[in-house]
Amino acid sequence: MNIAAREVTGDGSATIGIAGVRAVCDRRAALYFPDLSLLAVSDLHLEKGSSFARRGRLLPPYDSAATLARLAAVVDDYAPKFVVSLGDSFHDGEGAARLADPFRASLTAMMRGRDWFWVAGNHDPDAPADLPGETVQELAVGGLVFRHEPSKGHAEGEIAGHLHPCARIVQRARSVRCRCFASDGERLVMPAFGAFTGSLNVLDKAYKGLFRTGAPTAYMIGTSGVYPIAGSLLRPG
Amino acid sequence: MLPEPFVRWFAERGWSPRTHQLDLLASAQRGNSVLLIAPTGAGKTLAGFLPALTDLAVRPKKRPGEAHRGVHTLYISPLKALAVDIERNLGKPVAEIGLPITMETRTGDTPQHKRARQKLVPPDILLTTPEQLALLIASADAERFFSDLRYIVLDELHSLVTSKRGHLLALGLARLRKFVPDLQAIGLSATVADPDELRHWLVRQSSLPSPLWGGSIREAGRGGGDGQASPPTPTLRVDPPHKGEGNANMADVITVTGGAKPEITILDSEEHVPWAGHSARYAIPDIYEAVRRHRTTLLFVNTRSQAELLFQELWRINEDTLPIALHHGSLDVGQRRRVEKAMADNALRAVVATSTLDLGIDWGDVDLVIHVGAPKGASRLAQRIGRANHRMDEPSRAILVPANRFEVLECRAALEANYLGAQDTPPLLAGALDVLAQHVLGCACAAPFDADELYAEVKGAAPYASLDRDHFDRIVDFVATGGYALRSYERYARIRKTRDGRWRVSNPRIAQQYRLNVGTIIEAPMLNVRYTRTKGKAGAGNAGSVALRGGSVLGKIEEYFVETLSVGDMFLFAGKVLRFEGIRENECYVSTGGGGNVLVPSYAGGKFPLSTYLADQVRGMLADSTRWKALPDQVSDWLRLQQQKSVLPRKEDLLVETFPRGERFYMVAYPFEGRLAHQTLGMLLTRRLERMGAHPLGFVATDYSLGVWALGDLGRMFESKKPSLAELFDEDMLGDDLEAWLADSWLLKRTFRNCAVIAGLIEKRFPGQEKNGRQVTVSADLIYDVLRSHEPDHILLEATRVDAASGLLDVRRLADMLSRIRGRIVHKDLDQISPLAVPIMLEIGKEPVNGEANDRLLLEAADLIEEAMASA
Repeated sequence: MNIAAREVTGDGSATIGIAGVRAVCDRRAALYFPDLSLLAVSDLHLEKGSSFARRGRLLPPYDSAATLARLAAVVDDYAPKFVVSLGDSFHDGEGAARLADPFRASLTAMMRGRDWFWVAGNHDPDAPADLPGETVQELAVGGLVFRHEPSKGHAEGEIAGHLHPCARIVQRARSVRCRCFASDGERLVMPAFGAFTGSLNVLDKAYKGLFRTGAPTAYMIGTSGVYPIAGSLLRPG
Repeated sequence: MLPEPFVRWFAERGWSPRTHQLDLLASAQRGNSVLLIAPTGAGKTLAGFLPALTDLAVRPKKRPGEAHRGVHTLYISPLKALAVDIERNLGKPVAEIGLPITMETRTGDTPQHKRARQKLVPPDILLTTPEQLALLIASADAERFFSDLRYIVLDELHSLVTSKRGHLLALGLARLRKFVPDLQAIGLSATVADPDELRHWLVRQSSLPSPLWGGSIREAGRGGGDGQASPPTPTLRVDPPHKGEGNANMADVITVTGGAKPEITILDSEEHVPWAGHSARYAIPDIYEAVRRHRTTLLFVNTRSQAELLFQELWRINEDTLPIALHHGSLDVGQRRRVEKAMADNALRAVVATSTLDLGIDWGDVDLVIHVGAPKGASRLAQRIGRANHRMDEPSRAILVPANRFEVLECRAALEANYLGAQDTPPLLAGALDVLAQHVLGCACAAPFDADELYAEVKGAAPYASLDRDHFDRIVDFVATGGYALRSYERYARIRKTRDGRWRVSNPRIAQQYRLNVGTIIEAPMLNVRYTRTKGKAGAGNAGSVALRGGSVLGKIEEYFVETLSVGDMFLFAGKVLRFEGIRENECYVSTGGGGNVLVPSYAGGKFPLSTYLADQVRGMLADSTRWKALPDQVSDWLRLQQQKSVLPRKEDLLVETFPRGERFYMVAYPFEGRLAHQTLGMLLTRRLERMGAHPLGFVATDYSLGVWALGDLGRMFESKKPSLAELFDEDMLGDDLEAWLADSWLLKRTFRNCAVIAGLIEKRFPGQEKNGRQVTVSADLIYDVLRSHEPDHILLEATRVDAASGLLDVRRLADMLSRIRGRIVHKDLDQISPLAVPIMLEIGKEPVNGEANDRLLLEAADLIEEAMASA
C-alpha cells in the first residue's frame, strides 16, 4: 500500500503516490504533481451564489471572491506550469458570463504565463465565456488522465472530480465529517474546491466499483492538515 | 351578564361560575383585552372561552343566502395536542348548553381537503398553533377570512412568549389587529414573575423612546467597567404606561391565587445517594413502591434519555405488571395518542413523561407527581406539580427524587421556593430579527405592503415595540435582495417596490417557498426508527449492502446519534432495546435487541439550565449550616466533611479549589450558574490559561461547578499571583477573548444555521433531502464562513450574535456572576480532591469535550494506520 509512503509536511499537506506519480494533497483541496509542475483543482462551482439567487435563495454573493482568493494563493505557492480545472468550474452555463469584472481580471491574472485547461463538466459543458485557457473533454499527461466524471471500472492513473467526496469517522464517540481526497493508489477523486460546495460520503453507492479496495483511503481535510484514514475506519452518512 | 342557557347549565350541575370567570367575562364585555393568571385546575379554559361562547350564543341566526361568516374566535396553543384536547373538553359544555357553534382544529396534521374547506366555510372557533396562524395571515384572502374575528384566546401564554414562536405570534397578532382594530386578546397563563410583561404583550403598543436595539456581542456581554452591568442582550423592558394615559398599553389582569398548598416531599431513601450522574437508579424501588400505593402517578423527568432509562428500570422490577407507559416527543404520534387516551380513561397507573406533558392538558385523575432529577426552576416545578389532583381546593401530592447530591440541595431549595411562591420565569427578550424577516416576507405574500405602515404595525407588537427604523429597513432590504453591501442581486429581488411605493412579491414561487419554510422551530434532523423484517448480515458496515424491508415505525431519533452507531449496536428507544441494522434514506432500521452494552440516545435540547433564582437559593443553603437540618444525613455529612477538608463559600463568594491528581493539576470552581454559563466560562478560562503557559488539557462543566485540568501547577500559579485568580476571572474575558473564540465556534455556526433558516436564507432541511443530493445543497457552515470574512456586519450575523449571547452561551449570566464575585474569590490550594469536587471529577471522561478538537481525533485515527503498518 502506498500509505506507508505518505509524509505529512510542515504545512499540513500529505504526499502520496497515484499510479506511481508523486502527488501533494494540499489541505486547501488542491492536488499538486511536483514532477509534472501541474496543479489540479476540481469543482470550483464559481457563481453558485448568484445561481441560487436567480431561484430566490439570496446566498451571500461572495463565494466567487472566496474561491478565487484561495485559488490565487494556491497557484502562487506552487507556481505550476500547468493548471487543470477538473470541470464544474462554473455552477451553471451562464456562470462565466455573470462573473464580475474584478474577478474576471484576477482569474485572467493567475492564468497568465501558464497553460490552463478547463475540463468540461456537467454543470459547464461549454467553454467559459470570455476567458482564456483551453477547454477539453479530458487531458492525458505523463501516465495520468484528468477528466470530470470518474469512469466506471478499472482506470489506473485517473484523476477525477464530480462526486465531491467527504468521509466520516467516529472517534471517541464523536462523529467527524470532512472533505477528502479519495484514492486506492491507482486513481483519485478530488474534493470540491468551491466555497459553497456540499459533499458526498465516499461510501455512497455513487462510488461503487471505482476503487479496487472497496472503500478507498480517505485523505481527510482537517483544519490544520490532511489526514490519511483507512477505508476500514470510514462510516456512511 | 351570563346568558340564560349558561346560568341553567351551571345550576343543573349544582355549580356556580367562579368569580374569575365572571370577572374575565365582564372585562371582555367592556371591550378590553385581559390576562388571566391562574394555577392549573382553576377552570382557566372555560373562563377563556366564556366571552366567545356567550357572544356566539346571542348571535342572530344566519339568514338563508347570507355569505358564510368568518372565524369568530381564534384559539392559539403551543402544542398540537393541546388544541386537540381543548376541542374534546370544550365540546362537552358546548353540546350540553346546546350552543349552535362550530369548532375545529387546524394543525400540521390537518388534511389538505379539510384545510381547503375551512378556508371556504370557516368554523366559529378555530383551534390552532402559531405556525398555522402565520400561514393563514400570509394568504391572499386573509383579510376576508378574519374580517369577523372578535377574540383571540392565547393559552399557556407564559410558555409561548419566551421563544421565537412567541415573536412570530406577536407579529401575527399585530397583523390581525390591522384587519380588526377592535380585536380583543385573552391570555391564559400560569403564574409568572412579571405579569405586566404579558399585559403589554396582549395589546397594541404605542411607540416607546430609547431603542434597545443593536450592539455587538462585546457590548452584549461586557459587564461594564463602571460596575454597572449593562444588559447583555436587548432585553425587552417595556416601560409602564405614563400616568394620564390610563392602561391603554396594558390588558386587564385577573389573578387567581391560592388553592391548597401542595404537599411536597423529597424522597428520603435508605439507599446511597450517588455523587454524580442523572439516572436516579438508586431510587427505582422507592419510586415503584410509591406508584403502587397511588391511583395514577405522573413521573416527570428532564430529558428523553432519562425517560427511556426510568421506564426501562421500572419495568425491570414491575412484578405486579402495573400498566406503566412512556410519553415523550420523539415517539410516534399514534403511540402518544394511545397513551393520552389511556390516561384520559384512567387505564394507566403511571406515565413516564418529559415536558410534552408539561403544559395544562387535562388527563385523568392524577393523585401523585414524582419529579425525577432536579427541577431546574421553581416555576417549572410548580407547574409540573400542578398536574396532580386537578382540583384547586385539594392539595397536590408530589415527591422529588434527586439523582445526585447536588440535586438534593437543589430539590430542597426548590421546595422552599415553592412554599414561598417564588417565581423565576425568565424576562422576555426583544423580538428576533430573523423572525421579523420571515414575517415581512409573509406580509408581502398576502398583499403588497407599504413600509411605513408595516413598520408602525410591527412596533405595535410588544417584542418589537422598541425596534428602530434602521433595523426594520435593513430587514426589508434583506428580504428583498439579501441585504448585502455588494448590491449584485437587484435583478433577483424577492420583493420589489412598485411604482405606488408598495413592496410586492416578485413571483409566485417566492410565496411557495415561504409556505414551506414557515415557523421558528428548527429541530435537529431526525430519522424514523423503523422495524426491519429481514435481519441485516452481521458485521456489514454499510446499510447499502443489507436488504432492509420496512415494518412499523416506532418514532423519530436524532440523526447525529444514529451516525455514531455501527450495525449490531444496541440502544434504548420507545422503551425497548433495539438492535441497529442500518440507515436507508431517512430511516433508521432496527430489530429487537437484547443483552450486551445498551446505549441510550442523548437528545439535543431538553436540558433546562438551573434558574438564577434557584442557584441563588442553593448557594444560600450551602453557606448556612443551620439549614442543613432539612437535608438527609448523608448529604449534610458530606457538607460537614467539606468544611473540615476545605471550606464552604459564603453566599456571594466564589470558591476555587486547586489540587494535584495523577500527572495533572486540577482547578474546580463553584459558581452555580448553570451548565451553559459554565461551558462558556470554561472555554474562556482555558484560552487564558493556555496563553499564560499553564497548558490546560480540558474542562468539564455541570450546572453547579466547572473543572479544568492542566499540565502546569495551577495552585502554585495562583498562589504566586502569576496570574492571580482575580486576573484570571476578570470581566475583560468577555471582550476580545469571547469575540475571538466565538468567531470560530461551532456554537455560533449552529445558531447561524437556525437564523438563516428562519430568515429564509436557506431552506429547511427535510428528512432524507440532504442524503439524496449532498453535492447540490449548500451547507450553512460554509455560508457562515464566507459571510463572516466578507461582510461581518451583515444583519443576519448580528442576529446570530444576539441569539448566541442569550441562548447558547448565557453570556449575561456569566457577566453578572463575574461582576458579583469581583474581590470575593476564595482560593483553597489542597493536597487532594475535596468532597465537594468529587461529583464533577466523576463527570470527567463521561462528557465529551465539545466540538473544537476535530483535528486531534483525525490524527488519532490516522495514527491507527501507522500502528497497524508498524506491527505488520
